[in-house]
Amino acid sequence: MAFVELPEWAALAPVLILAGTALALFVFDSVNPHSTNRAVLAGTSAVGSLAALGVAVWFTAAGVGAPGMDGFGVIELFDGQIVVDQMALFFIIVVTVVTALVVVASYDYMEGHAYQAEYYSLVMLAATGMATMATANSLVTIFIALELASLPSYALVAILKDNRGSVEAGLKYFLLGALSSAIFVYGISLVYGATGFLQLDAIAAELEALAAGDGGDFGGLLGLGILMLIGGFAFKTASVPFHFWAPEAYEGAPAPISAFLSSASKAAGFVIAFRVFTTAFPVDVTGQLIGVDWTLAFVILAVVTMTVGNFAAATQENVKRMLAYSSIGHAGYVLIGLAGLGAGSELVMGAAMMHLLVYGFMNTGAFLFVGLAEHWGVGRTFEDYNGLSRQAPIACAALAVFMFSLAGVPPFGGFWSKYFLFTGALEAGLLVVAVALVVNSALSLYYYARLVKAVWIEDPIVERDGLTQPTGLYAAIVVAAVMTVVLLPGFGPIADAALEAAAVVIA
Amino acid sequence: MMIETLIAVALIGALVTFVAPNRIAGKLAFLISLVPAGLSLWMFATFDGRGNALLEGDLAFESRLEWIQLGAYDISWFVGLDGISMPLVVLTTILVTLAIVSSWTPIDDRESQFYGLVLFIEANLIGVFAALDFFVWFIFWEAVLIPMYLLIGIWGGPRRKYAAIKFFVYTNVASLVMFGAVIALVFGLGDAVTSFALPEITAAMLDGGPDGFFGVAGPTLASAVFVATFVGFAVKVPVVPFHTWLPDAHVEAPTPASVLLAGVLLKMGTYALLRFNFTMFPTEIVEPFVVPIAVVAVISVIYGAMLALAQTDLKRIVAYSSVSSMGYVILGLIAYTHFGVGGATFQMVSHGLISGLMFMAVGVIYNATHTRMVTDMSGMADRMPIAVGIFVAGSFGYMGLPLMSGFAAEYFIFFGSFGADFPYAPVFTALAMFGIVVVAGYLLYAMQRAIFGPYSLETDYEVSRAPLHDVAPMFVLLGLIIVLGVAPELIFEMIHDAVDPIVDGGEL
Repeated sequence: MAFVELPEWAALAPVLILAGTALALFVFDSVNPHSTNRAVLAGTSAVGSLAALGVAVWFTAAGVGAPGMDGFGVIELFDGQIVVDQMALFFIIVVTVVTALVVVASYDYMEGHAYQAEYYSLVMLAATGMATMATANSLVTIFIALELASLPSYALVAILKDNRGSVEAGLKYFLLGALSSAIFVYGISLVYGATGFLQLDAIAAELEALAAGDGGDFGGLLGLGILMLIGGFAFKTASVPFHFWAPEAYEGAPAPISAFLSSASKAAGFVIAFRVFTTAFPVDVTGQLIGVDWTLAFVILAVVTMTVGNFAAATQENVKRMLAYSSIGHAGYVLIGLAGLGAGSELVMGAAMMHLLVYGFMNTGAFLFVGLAEHWGVGRTFEDYNGLSRQAPIACAALAVFMFSLAGVPPFGGFWSKYFLFTGALEAGLLVVAVALVVNSALSLYYYARLVKAVWIEDPIVERDGLTQPTGLYAAIVVAAVMTVVLLPGFGPIADAALEAAAVVIA
Repeated sequence: MMIETLIAVALIGALVTFVAPNRIAGKLAFLISLVPAGLSLWMFATFDGRGNALLEGDLAFESRLEWIQLGAYDISWFVGLDGISMPLVVLTTILVTLAIVSSWTPIDDRESQFYGLVLFIEANLIGVFAALDFFVWFIFWEAVLIPMYLLIGIWGGPRRKYAAIKFFVYTNVASLVMFGAVIALVFGLGDAVTSFALPEITAAMLDGGPDGFFGVAGPTLASAVFVATFVGFAVKVPVVPFHTWLPDAHVEAPTPASVLLAGVLLKMGTYALLRFNFTMFPTEIVEPFVVPIAVVAVISVIYGAMLALAQTDLKRIVAYSSVSSMGYVILGLIAYTHFGVGGATFQMVSHGLISGLMFMAVGVIYNATHTRMVTDMSGMADRMPIAVGIFVAGSFGYMGLPLMSGFAAEYFIFFGSFGADFPYAPVFTALAMFGIVVVAGYLLYAMQRAIFGPYSLETDYEVSRAPLHDVAPMFVLLGLIIVLGVAPELIFEMIHDAVDPIVDGGEL
């Protein structure tokens, strides 16, 4: 195949395409400042992210990153600082899918806004950072990628400069983000101090050597470092105890950015957690060195996060806040993937990856519906949404799909990914976590159904004339809904890809 | 590919109808629904299945396709029909078509969404009866809930919100209990099963049962799962004391939704009981529960009928009488005899037709009078002779008048349960038979007050005859009821054939 003759860095093509798109937008902006040509800007971003998505899907289908395929295999670049394997490609797919949906929806949402080009290029830069997070294989590259994803995000949350909520949210997000970055870097330095390496495989090798030898005197140091790394991940994935920023930031940010952060950014946070805790800190060796099994921390975090998120979501009156807390709850479900690693099976982590992909569609769609409602100018509470289905039945049907899928009710994609998580938890022997998952899912149906009830069953509290049908927002919402449904019959390939990817990393 | 075609036509039809203009939605949905109705009748005519789908029978229209590999288990798209599911599929498609026609008058708001949801329900109902893989079955089973919730919630009566949420919560919690139980059972079976195909699970259950799961011993697990699934399905049936959602849902639901709810959705519960509890579980697991279930069944029959007697709302009367009729089905199932189980299955179809007819008739009367209160009207026969005549005929069907399907169904059930082996079977049967007297009582009493006697109804307009498209579906149903009453063997033969292996395999 001709592909084999390409240089190795061609494996990074999806990331490079995203970066190239961001730069192209910058060039466009400098040639043509203050452009309001939404079609070109949103179009370029959409083409860029779809191209990256296409390449990532093609790579996955062609077997790039799959060990044992002739000529391909797991591709390591820059002495193992960057790795392109199936898991990296899987998460690049998640990130690019969300990016594409978000930029298409932004076409309408950001209409009339002053900083069009900046907005799109920041989105693409953040997407580049998230895609790099998926491939980062050393604590340094992880940190750089993390910052590349975070800094544009802070600006994006605050991009509605005249809106107090947006600016306040941006500032909060930035301050907490800076704090968590500091904690994360401190954690990196402690791990470096204990092992002397930053590259993940090298850390693992050193840990094994230490465990085989006298164990060294750095067990406590290492444990503290790992705990701080967990804190950094918890921030990025909006998990307890670093979840406080999420409701504020998601509520204040423009809805497409809330969708972007709660879907793509969360997935990117999880991929570094998956990689660090499978590659760098093998469960048995690390446990022997620090005296505690670190999966225990994730068991607790998973249960607490899903419970806190769900109970808080159930009490919200504001739709966007409800979705923000539900996003915390879903972080708890995905944490099961880390909690179950002790059993050494790929099922539970693969299930977490599947959930993130399905979540990328259903949660993005839900936030984009909020964006549509903001575009229409209906209010923010459940009551304001009453009776929307009269004017916009298709968008509201899509909303019902997102809500029931988030709750894990058949016949939608969310049912499968939650069921896989459930089985994975049982297989890993985490009966408590499995029960918590089921109970929380059952409870979550209450507040998800409440939104469906508002738009479909309740009578409107205000008279409304016809509502517009903005093309971009509608297209993004309908595509997300169709994919959420299609993922039910089409779950087989997703499950296979996720399980294979997880198996490679865990082995 | 026949079953797939049925489901696909209904699903695509649902989408098309959903976006069609309101003006043509009703007619469009009717035309679309003729396709599955016609196809399923053709399937019925060419049906060549033998035996029971779960007990190594030969399936008709079988197709099986690998879907997802989950750990050690295969999940596959596995559908097929046997003598139990075939009549129920035909019942579904016919009732949906008739329900669509009967909605033309009462539904005058957001028509395209209404008919779209009805067709969506049809697709899922066909799926429930045809699916033979647990996951395929469960997905269809759950997918019925959402559209029915919306039908009641959007187009229902004054207390629609309460009724819709009650329906949803009751049945969804029940599904969750049942789902958890079946999953625990499959995991408990260990290496004996490699897929979620119902026939394979059944074979493993009858051949040793589960080893245990998370420290629970095998037989205990099996018994616990039996109870959990029974409760899960009993809510759907519904059996006393899980019946309270039903009258609320029925009274608030628009007529066509009531027709589908009573006609087909309740049968999902009894069908699942037959497939899971009374086919899958070996005799020694079921045996200790037979008498308690028989007690529950008889209580449902008598208590349901008594409640119906106490009502003055025509729709409530019919709704409670469904509770009573479903009690007969449970009694027939628990009898474990050819006629008992066969009669129960026959009753599912028969009751689907009769209750559908009754709800339509009540709906037609309501369209004209805008009241359903027996006390508000009198002598309706004077103004709406045809609609009321059909109501009377349907009532006699309910009472089990010979030559109507209700008679055949109840006769089979009583015949089967009287000769059953469980303790005090004749006593239970005799008590249940008393239910028929009560049924006759409340129906005749209601008819006497509302339909006969001098005409009186306080309206400021002239009550006139129902339009043809309101009456035509009822005539079709009445025709089917009489055909099945005169010649029950039309479907009883295939039912019998599918029921035999269950009874032979587990003689109590």
